[in-house]
Parts: sequence; structure tokens; C-alpha cells
Amino acid sequence: MSNYLSVTEQECKEMLETIGVNKCSDLYADIPSALKNKTFDLESGKSHQEVYDLLSSYADENTVYNSIMRGAGAYDHYIPSIVKYLSQRSEFLTAYTPYQAEMSQGILQSIFEFQTMICSLTGMEVANASVYDGSSAAAEAAFMCVEKEKRVVLIPENVKPQVIETIRTYLRRRNITIKVLTEKDGFIKDGKVDQDKLASVIDEQTACVYFEQPNYYGLIEDAEYLCNIIHDKGAKVIMGCNPVSLALLKSPGECGADIAVGDAQPFGLSLSFGGPYLGFMATHVTKETMRRMPGRIVGETVDDKGRRCFVLTLQGREQHIRREKALSNICSNQAHCALVASMYLTAMGKEGFKEVASACTSLAHYAAQQFVQGKVELKYKGEFFHEFVTVVPCKADKIVDKCADKGILAGLPIGKNEILWCMTEKVRKADIDAVAEIMRRA
Amino acid sequence: MKLIFERSRAGLRCATLRPMEVASYNLEKKYLRKDVKLPEVAEVDMARHYTELSHNAFGVDSGFYPLGSCTMKYNPKLNEEVAALPGFAKVHPLQDADTVQGNLHLMADLGASLMELTGMDGMTLQPCAGAHGEFTGLLLIAAYHESRRDHKRNKILVPDTAHGTNPASAVMAGFEVINIKSNEEKGVDLDDLREKVGPDTAALMLTNPTTLGLFEKNIEEISKIVHGAGGLLYYDGANLNAIMGVVRPGDMGFDVVHLNLHKTFSTPHGGGGPGSGPVGCKAQLVDFLPQPVVVVNKKGKYELDCPKKSIGKVSSFYGNFAVMVKAFAYIKTLGGDGIKESAEHAVLNANYMKAKLEDIYPTEKRYCMHEFVIDLQKLKNETGVSAKDVAKAMIDRGMHPPTMYFPHIPGVIDEALMIEPTETENKETLDNAVEVLRELYNMAFKDPKYLQDAPHNTPIGRPDEVAAARKPIVKFEGEY
Repeated sequence: MSNYLSVTEQECKEMLETIGVNKCSDLYADIPSALKNKTFDLESGKSHQEVYDLLSSYADENTVYNSIMRGAGAYDHYIPSIVKYLSQRSEFLTAYTPYQAEMSQGILQSIFEFQTMICSLTGMEVANASVYDGSSAAAEAAFMCVEKEKRVVLIPENVKPQVIETIRTYLRRRNITIKVLTEKDGFIKDGKVDQDKLASVIDEQTACVYFEQPNYYGLIEDAEYLCNIIHDKGAKVIMGCNPVSLALLKSPGECGADIAVGDAQPFGLSLSFGGPYLGFMATHVTKETMRRMPGRIVGETVDDKGRRCFVLTLQGREQHIRREKALSNICSNQAHCALVASMYLTAMGKEGFKEVASACTSLAHYAAQQFVQGKVELKYKGEFFHEFVTVVPCKADKIVDKCADKGILAGLPIGKNEILWCMTEKVRKADIDAVAEIMRRA
Repeated sequence: MKLIFERSRAGLRCATLRPMEVASYNLEKKYLRKDVKLPEVAEVDMARHYTELSHNAFGVDSGFYPLGSCTMKYNPKLNEEVAALPGFAKVHPLQDADTVQGNLHLMADLGASLMELTGMDGMTLQPCAGAHGEFTGLLLIAAYHESRRDHKRNKILVPDTAHGTNPASAVMAGFEVINIKSNEEKGVDLDDLREKVGPDTAALMLTNPTTLGLFEKNIEEISKIVHGAGGLLYYDGANLNAIMGVVRPGDMGFDVVHLNLHKTFSTPHGGGGPGSGPVGCKAQLVDFLPQPVVVVNKKGKYELDCPKKSIGKVSSFYGNFAVMVKAFAYIKTLGGDGIKESAEHAVLNANYMKAKLEDIYPTEKRYCMHEFVIDLQKLKNETGVSAKDVAKAMIDRGMHPPTMYFPHIPGVIDEALMIEPTETENKETLDNAVEVLRELYNMAFKDPKYLQDAPHNTPIGRPDEVAAARKPIVKFEGEY
């Protein structure tokens, strides 16, 4: 057995004497004896070396692909070494939420820098210190928009399915109606939101519309136009963004969205089977929106000698002050992931970040061009960023299996013969060519 | 300290990418933005910037961190290393089940260990933090009552000493909150509970040990009262560290529990997350768990499945997987015996500090569990030195202050410091902390001003929080 205690037997004895008991278990006198002393069916502890081997054996049961062409909400990007190295500094890793500003300026400043970067990318005025992931960010944003008389949330079907499901769960008991606008009912045309059809269903009860840019199929929506028609009808706009696309595409702020959300996992966070990821939220500053924003927010102020410093601010919104009147229950968030994301953006810098986005879209367009041969087609005609859907003349799974034989994780099958592909800057041309060859023979 | 934006100089680069292997593709102009603003720094500038930030941060590795209710125990490095193994880190969440057997196997085994420790029949690992777990657990409770067509149950009972997340989560889950008073012994007032429980009670949320660090002695009676009225019992696992491996929430009568892997199971807090807040439940609630859950199919392979009446998803994929790996490594390292021993030492350390302080700092007479609350009201009345002043002065002595002003029961406890040493601290550290707290007590009488102006040795003094909130500056507005 191993443990992480730091006490000798002699010290332990002295401590028990100070307290005035014979053994530790005497301190549990308040626990009814009928409840105590059950035996637990847990193995005995192992040495550190054995645990390393054991955990490695679990890891070895998984398949690690050389090349990943699957996205759909989790993206395989290059992570600069300096990000991995610096973020592991234990002052960052082993700190709690920075409640004591005087000894936590490093953490507070890093969050302030994160908020600034998210605002810069989204074209917004205020961002919070993070929420759990892109799905919970969308759900929290939807709740921010709901008012007494406006309790309908509209979501076109061409957004990530996990986001729709999470919004449903979050709002299921808040007396809010969620309407998913389906392709079948004509709300999605050629993969994109049909603007006129959308306009026709927004009424005075509509709190907001959530849409994604790019959407689930990778297509670029006419976001400015969508924002305009939604606003004309008196509803708010939540724009779910792939954060890498923000290097090139018009920001949600420019498009006129009220709240920008998304998952910043592409900013230096490994895939790690779905988490931890990083939900971000940003909005325009109005008194109302800032005070309805959930989560931690860091603000700049001065200390008693007039020096610039940073603190957790607007805490009057939060659960530890407001209890049942709080607008969200969020406490622990994804602070360390936010630190990693700001390190990533610093490491890539202004030019490097644009190069990442440009490489993604260039490789994706090259791949689409190479894949579309013979009987393989692109499902949608519209412009896309780094994801696209192909229709293949065989079962999608067959393509996936053949790619796996070459160490490539193919796109995600999203229909019997439809595959949603994603190309990031990590994907090699040679691998795209190899998949193109598989498609040719399909 | 400069902001990263103030270090930016146009044209500098840090990380670089391989040359493009295909022709550059230009998206249609109408979609494009003009420019994007991000800092431009060289690698050495970046390394120094973040190293400087880290010097102005304080973690468990920096020193004593007795932050009550947060269980700031040592975070083992082995756990970090295994969570970063390529076999875990490079796996996409939407890979086929066949190719992620190791991950599903680990999730199943971790779930089983947590069920054993809590006495539950089912477990979801999907919630990303404790509060997220509370919300999830309360949705399970709502779904359970709904499935029985028991629609009147719209109230959640919450003790006045509960964590702020409890009432906030209850409201998010569509319930009304009813506060329950504390009795003389700072436990649940049974008369008040009996009066308020009824056919509209969905559940009582309880932390045990309570937020005062005391074991709720009447737990069996409380369970009888709540269940007798048709309600369920919810366990806030924030304080499980005191009793893990000693007594199980399930045996105490709890129907739903959430755990904080980032407290009890040693995964680091990361400056405020990521955490992980698994939720366990008794058999009658298993069908409502968030989807997907890991199951074993007929061929003995792990796969993902949707419980029959699932409440849905609470996050994008399966939760904070890398955090689960760390917690699993911890459980495997300690084993059943080590877990129990850790709990005992958490209680030992807290009682040792309490014993050496209680002659001057008023606290409860009973043995505490993993933490104890000292009340500085008397000191404040006599000297003008508040709980906050003592806390700030501790910073000057190289330790993180305890949790301040929680629990807060107006008129009963208004100047609380909640001290949770955790089991991984040694006697020397505890003795030093005791000495510091005793010195500060004496200084409060001799030189109260010195404490009221503390801290003195930090990079900044007390910040103007009122100014920060009145006119919020929440991003850098300068040029870069």
C-alpha cells in the first residue's frame, strides 16, 4: 500500500495524546456504530510503479490513430511544447479559485488575459472565466436570454447534437419551450438555416435563437443576415462558434450576435476522450447582460496603494453570495483549461493563429476536392471552413474501417452513407491522398 | 506586473507550423473579418511572463492551504503523468467503442469503486464539477417523482449552513428552496424539519459531516423523517474526505450523492477547475441517469448505452475524462485501506489543530471531522480585528488563509474561519500554523492596526473590490 501521508508513527502518537484519545477511530464517536466498520470491497493499494503499469495497460487497450480526420465537436490541433510545459507549473495546477487576491495575482491576471483574448476573438466586451464546455455554455446562454414573457428557445437542427441535448437537459424544468427546427419541416436548406422560414416562426414569445458558425456540417452560415432577421423579430441571438474559425471569419460581435459561446478545446487542450474541455461565453456590455452572465469574472482595480491589481468581481451574481437567487450554480469551472487556452493563443500569436485557421481550411478544401471523384459527392454546395460532408456509394463504416487499417481515424459517419470530415493543420497531405485512394475504390 | 499584451511587439513569433503542403485556399471575402488582435511575443518572453505569473500564485505545492470545505490535499504527480499518456490524451471522444475499450473499462472500474465507497447502485461520471453534480442529482430526483406521477413534490429542503451551491442548484433544477434551521449543536433542527417536510418535499440536501465539520449525529432519524414523508435524501459529497472508507452515505440513508474528485480524490484544483462531480444513486433512480453510461455487452465488451428514462446529457461527451484517470490512479494507489487511513488522518490533523487552538479561539466542543470552524466574534468585539484581518495576516506568514465567513448564520456565526488541514500535512506544518494563529491572536490586542492593514509582504495590498464592481474593467483596453 502507498499513501500520501507525511507523519511518523511517533508523531501520530504525540498528536493523539494532545487530543486525548488512544487511536484515530476514537474520533469517530459521533457516528452511530451500526453504520461504521462495514468492510469495503476494494483492493489493497499498490506501489506507484504498479499503478503506472496498470494505468498504462488501460491506455494500451485504446487505439491511437496517426492521423485524425474527425471533429464534430472535438478537434485535434498541434499543441506547442511551451504550452504543455508552462501550464504544468504546480503553482497554477495546485491552486484553488483565487479568493485571496493578494496571493493570487498570477491566477487572476491569467484569467483577465483570457477574458481579453476571448473578447478580442469574439468581438465582444465581456467574457467570463469559463464554463464546463461548449454545450453547457450554450445552455447557460439560452437561460440568460429567457424573460418572463419570452420562454421559447429556437434551435435549428444543423448544430451539434450534443449541444441540443444539453440545452434540453439544462432547461427541462425551467418552464421553457425548446423548439428544434428540422430539415424535414424546411428549416434547413442545403445544410444551412433557411432564413425566411426561420423568420416565419419567431414571435413575441421567442427568447432567442441559437445557431452555429460554422454549423455542424462545417458550412459557413450567413451569420450577419441571420442576426438581423432574428433581431428584427425581437429575439436575441446566441452564436456558437468554432474558436479557430474566429481567426478568419467575421466575429459574432461584428455579425451582431448578443452572446457568443463555444468550446475552446482547440486552443491547446488534448482530445482526452472528451474532457476536460473549455466552455467560453462573451457578450456585449449592457448592465443587464453582464449581471446575468454566469461564472467567475475577473476585474481590474487598484490596491490600497493605488497599484493595478485584479480581483474576482461582480460576485453578487454568484451562488456563494446569492444562494437560491443566483442565476447559475457554477462554482468550479475550467480555470486551468482557460490558462492553457491563453497560453496557446500567446504561443501561436496573431500570425500563427491565422496560419492555423488557414491551414485547416486549405487542407479541408484540398481533401474535399480529392475525395470527390467517381461516385463520391459533397453533400452540400455551400462554403465550408474545415469540416464537410461526403456521400459515399457504400456503407460509411466500410470507409471508416479501411482508413483505420492505415492508421487514420476517418470522419464521423452521420448517416448510412454520409461522413462528416474534419481537417486540421496536423493532417498530412499524404494521408489525405491515401483516403482519396480509398474513396476512389469505394 | 506587465500584461501579456503589454509585452507584445509586432512581428515576434513563438510557435511555428510546418510549411503548407497544399495550395492555400481563400474563403469568400464576405465572410472574413479584417484582422484579429492577439499578443506577439518571442518564446523567451512568453516563458518569463508565465513563470512570473506562477510566482504570484500559491498552490498546495507552495505551502499550507487549510481552505475549509475545499480539501486542498497534496496532488500526486504520478496521476498527472498517467492522465497524459498518449493512449488517453490522443483519443477522440467519438471513436468507435471497439477502439476505446481501455477508456470505457477505466470508467466502469472507477464507477464501481465510487459506488462501493458511497453505497450506491449506479453512477454517472458526466458532471464536470460538484455544482454540476448537484444539478444532475436533483434532476434525477425530479425525474423519479415525475415517473411516479407525484407531481406535487416541488420543494427542496436545505439547511441554513449548506453550501451556496445547494440552493442555487435546486432552483436551476426547477425547485423551490425551503431553509431548515440549525439546532443548538449546529445540526439539523429536527422539529423544524418535521414541521417543513411534507407531501411537497422532493428531497433534503445534506452535507455530512456538515459545513461546521461535525458529524450529523441524527442522520438516521433525519432519514426516517424525510423518507417517511415520501422525500429523498441528497448527499453533498464536499466533505466526504472525513469519512471515506469509514461509513457510506448509502448506509446512512442517502439516495443520491455527488462526489468531488478534485477534493476527495486528490485531483488538482487548477486555480478553479477542471473538477469532476460524479453522481451516484440507489437502484430506483438508475434508469434516469444521464446518457450515455458504460455497460458490458453480451460479448464481454464495453459499450455506451442510454438508460431507459435518461434525463439526457449534462455535458458534451462523458465528463472530464482526464480528471477521472487521475482519481482512478489515486484510488488504485491508496486502495481500500489507504483510503480509510487517509480519512482518519484528515480527522486527526483537524482535531490536533483544534485541540491546540480552542482555549483562545471559540469552537464546538465535540470532536470535529476533517475541519473545524473558529468563531472570531469575541476577538472582533474586544479588539476590532476581524476574521478577514486574521486571514490576511496569515498570508504574510506564508500560508493560505482558511475559508472566511462561511458558514454564516446571522447572529450565531458571523466571523467564521473554517480550517481544513487535510491528511497530507505533517505535524511540523500544523504546529507552525497553530503558533501563527496564536501569535496573531495576541497581536490583535497589542497592535490591531497591523492586522487590519495586512498583508504587508505581498506584491499588492488589499484590493478595492467596491471600485472593481462599480465600474467593471473586465478586459485590457490598451493598444497592442
